Amino acid sequence: MKPFGNRREQLIYYTICSGAVFVALTLVAIVAFVAIKGVGCISWEFLTEIPSRMGKEGGISSAIVGTLYLTLVALVLSVPLGVGAAVYLTEYQPRVSRFTRLVELSAEALAGIPSIVFGLFGFVFFVIFLGWGWSVLSGGLTLALMILPTIMRTSQEAITAVPVEFRENSLALGATKWQTTSKIVIPSALPGIITGVILSIGRSVGETAAVLLTAGSALGMPVLPTDPARSMAVHLYFLASEGISMERAYGTALLLIIMILIINYLANLSLRRFSYRLKG
Amino acid sequence: MNSAAIMVRGLNVFYQQYQALHHIDIDIESNKVTALIGPSGCGKSTFLRSLNRLNELIEGTRTEGQVVIDGVDIYAEDTDVVKLRKQVGIVFQKPSAFPMSIYDNVAYGPRIHGVNKRMVLDEIVEKSLKQANLWEEVKDRLHASALRLSGGQQQRLVIARVLSVNPAIILMDEPASALDPISASKLEDLIAELKTTYTIVIVTHNMQQAARVSDATAFFLNGHLIEYQPTEKLFVHPRDKRTEDYITGRFG
Repeated sequence: MKPFGNRREQLIYYTICSGAVFVALTLVAIVAFVAIKGVGCISWEFLTEIPSRMGKEGGISSAIVGTLYLTLVALVLSVPLGVGAAVYLTEYQPRVSRFTRLVELSAEALAGIPSIVFGLFGFVFFVIFLGWGWSVLSGGLTLALMILPTIMRTSQEAITAVPVEFRENSLALGATKWQTTSKIVIPSALPGIITGVILSIGRSVGETAAVLLTAGSALGMPVLPTDPARSMAVHLYFLASEGISMERAYGTALLLIIMILIINYLANLSLRRFSYRLKG
Repeated sequence: MNSAAIMVRGLNVFYQQYQALHHIDIDIESNKVTALIGPSGCGKSTFLRSLNRLNELIEGTRTEGQVVIDGVDIYAEDTDVVKLRKQVGIVFQKPSAFPMSIYDNVAYGPRIHGVNKRMVLDEIVEKSLKQANLWEEVKDRLHASALRLSGGQQQRLVIARVLSVNPAIILMDEPASALDPISASKLEDLIAELKTTYTIVIVTHNMQQAARVSDATAFFLNGHLIEYQPTEKLFVHPRDKRTEDYITGRFG
């Protein structure tokens, strides 16, 4: 379809079209570049062994586990808190409320703070003041604070979009407020909530500076939440910036991309399963 | 005269400063269909929603007066709203099936009231769907999503959902106005069947529908109850000039 009325239309068409092509090409170029440079060093050992000689040899298994571990800790804390806050503001506060406005403004301001500032706070508060040291716990909690506003705001939007009729019908059947919220409102809003969680996972997995300041950069396998950990992004940073091994840096980058793609795919899959059950 | 299922005395309802209902007195008989008619904004829906205290979900609503159901003033301080709403069900204008299976939609009410045994639920679901004339159409796909049903089917599903908690009174707020004529006529047949067991109060814009399905009709105007008579009398010999003007289509 080429809706060209005249030359001006034609010019505009090619201008905006080139924007779309540029976006697609950039993605393909970056992924292809990383894949070509990194695929050579990916092997069974790379996936399963702990780094040795600062990452020059061995694998990145501890960094993979560290990344997942940190993200898990962050989600365990931020999802209940964020969704809980969203439910409270949308369901248990009057529609126009000063408190709601205040919390929303805080969340928006929080979302705009650079991640390194969260890292600095986590370093001073969790690592030093609470004495947790560089650990999965300190790092995970710092990431949790970082993604909390995103989870709250997306959940809030998803919950607000649930039709009022659902609530009225449920209450009119004699359901209590909490029954209505937990059995009707939250399940209906779940696809939107999960979208926010996926965005947040992406941010946590990719975060470098805040993790470096709070979880440390230990090469060993983290087991306890109090152990220090190195995430894949941090490992990548050291490999590249200290010139340890560019080949391994690309390999790590490739795995990082693959990991995010897998997480998104799984989340989308469960989302589709779930909404199929709801909508048929 | 049958015994009154609902006795309303001096009911005033306010939204913020605005008074939506002025001193309503009315006795609604049991096992009859009572229609509420009147132009938009006359207070008929507000009145309907005051019968199971749904108005209080809207911020800034204030209610005065008495609504006595089953010998109890539902606005008394010690009234259990959950119990009241179980006893007085409502069907809204927009068919609104929950985003879950047909079975779960109907089982939702019994479940929240503590029924968990599969056999009992199966029985309630089947009975309610049969009563709502929907069983034959859905019995082979009870676990399919309810959102796949047509509007008319969804509205009958909503009625089955209301019936599942075994109410005595069913309120209907323009239940047929979002439906096609065939679905609407099915719904009217259903109302006629249901009134043998339930007391029904229905708000409608459609005068023919009021005349067809109801035993008694109440005409509301600007928040006042103008006239309340057996349906035949009201439509043939309205006592009030305003009622006559409305039903003959001179305003509205």
